[in-house]
Amino acid sequence: MSLEVLGITVLWVFLYGYLIVASIDFGAGFFAFYAKITNKKHTVNDLISRYLSPVWEVTNVFFVFFFVGLVGFFPDTAYYYGTALLLPGSVALILLAVRGAFYAFGNYGSKDNVFFLFLYGATGLLIPASLSTALTISEGGFLEETEDRVVFLAEELFTSLYSWSVVILAIVSVLFISASFLTYYADRANDTGAREIVRKFALFWSPPTILASLLVFIGLRSHNPEHFQNALGIWWMFGLSLLFFLIASWLIYSRKKFGTAFIMVMLQFFFAFFGYGASHLPYILKPFITIESSVTSPVMGTALVVVFIAGLLLLIPSLILLMRLFLFDADYVKGKK
Amino acid sequence: MELDSVMLSRMLTSVTLAFHIIFATIGVGIPVMISIAEFIGIKRNDGHYILLARRWARGFTITVAVGVVTGTAIGLQLSLLWPSFMQVAGQVIALPLFMETFAFFFEAIFLGIYLYTWDRFKNRMVHWLLTIPIMIGSSASALFITMVNAFMNTPQGFDLEGGKAVNIDPIAAMFNPATPPKVFHVLTSAYLTSALILAAITAFAILKNKGSAYHRKALRMTMVCGLIFAVGTAVAGDVSAKFLAEYQPEKLAAAEWHFETESNADLVVFGTLDENNEIHNEIRLPGFLSFLAGNSFDTEVIGLEEFPEDELPPLFVHYLFDSMVSIGMFTLFITSLFVLFWKWKKRNEWNRPLLWGVVASGPLAMLAIEFGWIYAEIGRQPWILRGYMKVADAATKADGVGLTFVLFVVLYIILAVFCVTVLIKMFKNKPPELEYEQRFKSGKLQ
Repeated sequence: MSLEVLGITVLWVFLYGYLIVASIDFGAGFFAFYAKITNKKHTVNDLISRYLSPVWEVTNVFFVFFFVGLVGFFPDTAYYYGTALLLPGSVALILLAVRGAFYAFGNYGSKDNVFFLFLYGATGLLIPASLSTALTISEGGFLEETEDRVVFLAEELFTSLYSWSVVILAIVSVLFISASFLTYYADRANDTGAREIVRKFALFWSPPTILASLLVFIGLRSHNPEHFQNALGIWWMFGLSLLFFLIASWLIYSRKKFGTAFIMVMLQFFFAFFGYGASHLPYILKPFITIESSVTSPVMGTALVVVFIAGLLLLIPSLILLMRLFLFDADYVKGKK
Repeated sequence: MELDSVMLSRMLTSVTLAFHIIFATIGVGIPVMISIAEFIGIKRNDGHYILLARRWARGFTITVAVGVVTGTAIGLQLSLLWPSFMQVAGQVIALPLFMETFAFFFEAIFLGIYLYTWDRFKNRMVHWLLTIPIMIGSSASALFITMVNAFMNTPQGFDLEGGKAVNIDPIAAMFNPATPPKVFHVLTSAYLTSALILAAITAFAILKNKGSAYHRKALRMTMVCGLIFAVGTAVAGDVSAKFLAEYQPEKLAAAEWHFETESNADLVVFGTLDENNEIHNEIRLPGFLSFLAGNSFDTEVIGLEEFPEDELPPLFVHYLFDSMVSIGMFTLFITSLFVLFWKWKKRNEWNRPLLWGVVASGPLAMLAIEFGWIYAEIGRQPWILRGYMKVADAATKADGVGLTFVLFVVLYIILAVFCVTVLIKMFKNKPPELEYEQRFKSGKLQ
């Protein structure tokens, strides 16, 4: 595998990791707020807080990791995305800051503060929407390069069918991933009341996930036919994604094996996400950055890969420890520890 | 002052860093204090110290949250506001940036575990052991990010050809000449400031309501740590001055208003500067600048006259430098005095003026951190990569920097207000004596 393919694969794995953990987090914020205003508070919120408290900071790191790695491996992305995304990027940053800080204020400081919970819930849907625009922009057509600068064509973005279909997919997926995880978590806690609530959320958001995916394909066909053709070339990845989705939905519907169901959801998004990423290549940002054109120097690339492997050797055992203590420890999940 | 993109980018970067650095400093130093307190508590079987660690850790979560989100902000702002800089430097300095996120990741994982496992292990030392990866993670973050900053001051490990960095040597870039003195100074001053902030809070509590055994133990512990870290910071400061004299003489000369190259150079303390660059009202320590620069009164110190005028940093950095050093001396003085009074039984270490001095030392130390960083950053103007790229060529050309600046300032104000309110509320409703009663009823640890 060449250095640049290795680099982008590493980064894509991290973005996928962020997609899963952040979706659980973002969706949970929304559900926590929804449950609060519909007075289902105690059943769902304790459960959510028990899971989120030890891991919220880790979620944030996945994101930092991705963009630091991206700039490291492909320094040109700093120039193009940096110039183009000043405003949308800053808005996303502010939302992330509000969400992270107010989660801590609410959770460790003043519990039961509805305003804090509202900020937390609302930003949980706005952040995926704003972050997904970076992916939309990568398809090309929303940036214009003049002599000495890069201009972001905001109007094009706001009037594009494709752009909106991605936003819808992002929000719907977040809610679906989150609900299916919480169903599993509630089931482990033997909390049938909470489980039935989140299970309904999962079933509710299941069909829209597939509809939104179809919408994205339709939008892509007209916006970037080349990418669409590439995607058709690896249709089996999207086929597998659909298959895993059907298994997951069926398991949740028939109240069986919620753990397996969540793994199916992870596989569903794994194949969709990697299928999308693979068909996106060789462009990182069409038409300015291709994977070959902007890669960092080979020495730095190798150094980054070495550090990356060393880092994983440190992180994986730590993450396993974290999960064993808070995710797979039945007593903790039930609230006994 | 013209409010173009360059100026606005500088302003936004400054305000983000100035805000982040408060929480970053606390984030590096407090884990060390928590770890020491918990260790003493377990070793002496003293519930007061355990409670100290618990309460500090609880407050720490709030500051960590703000530190994390503002750190994420500056991380992305580097690319958003300085895209041309990141395009070049990103290639050379990606390694420590990448490692910094690893360190942060490592800390985040173990902090999460630490906070939620207080009563989970039979052997209490197991819980204490969790503080070690937290300290390693937080101090390593500081180490790696300071390497990046050091690189901007003394860039090496690459060649610039046609605006592209070539012949990159990542290790040489990381271990540039500025790295050792900067890392040393950043770490010691962060430990010092955190110890003093905790001491200031404790001293304030004692002044307001006499305090209990809990408070007295806390103050003694933080003051002893403060003294050790203050000595470390002073040594680090001295090492930094010698480094500057050798590698960035224009920065030291600007801080000392040293215009002509000479040996036996005077150290200028305080004073004012008129429009003809004549110094008034100063205290002059003859020969001491040479001594500071090279441990000998004969050392030749390079003056500002040696540099082209458009490559000189602004001269007001002198005030920042002097304020930082004065505060550093004050912290050394106040911590020594407290420890001396405590050990020398004839004096009362709980006398009110001394306690007020301790209260002042916390915020002052944080102020010194700000002054020190502003000096370090303004002192290398006009360069963003000293000798390679000027700040004016690195800033974004995008529209909307002004609006972004306003949005972020509003955000930081909101975060600051809520952070302080939540922290005060958190501790006001639950005084330590009450919590001690609840947790350690029999006076012993469970």
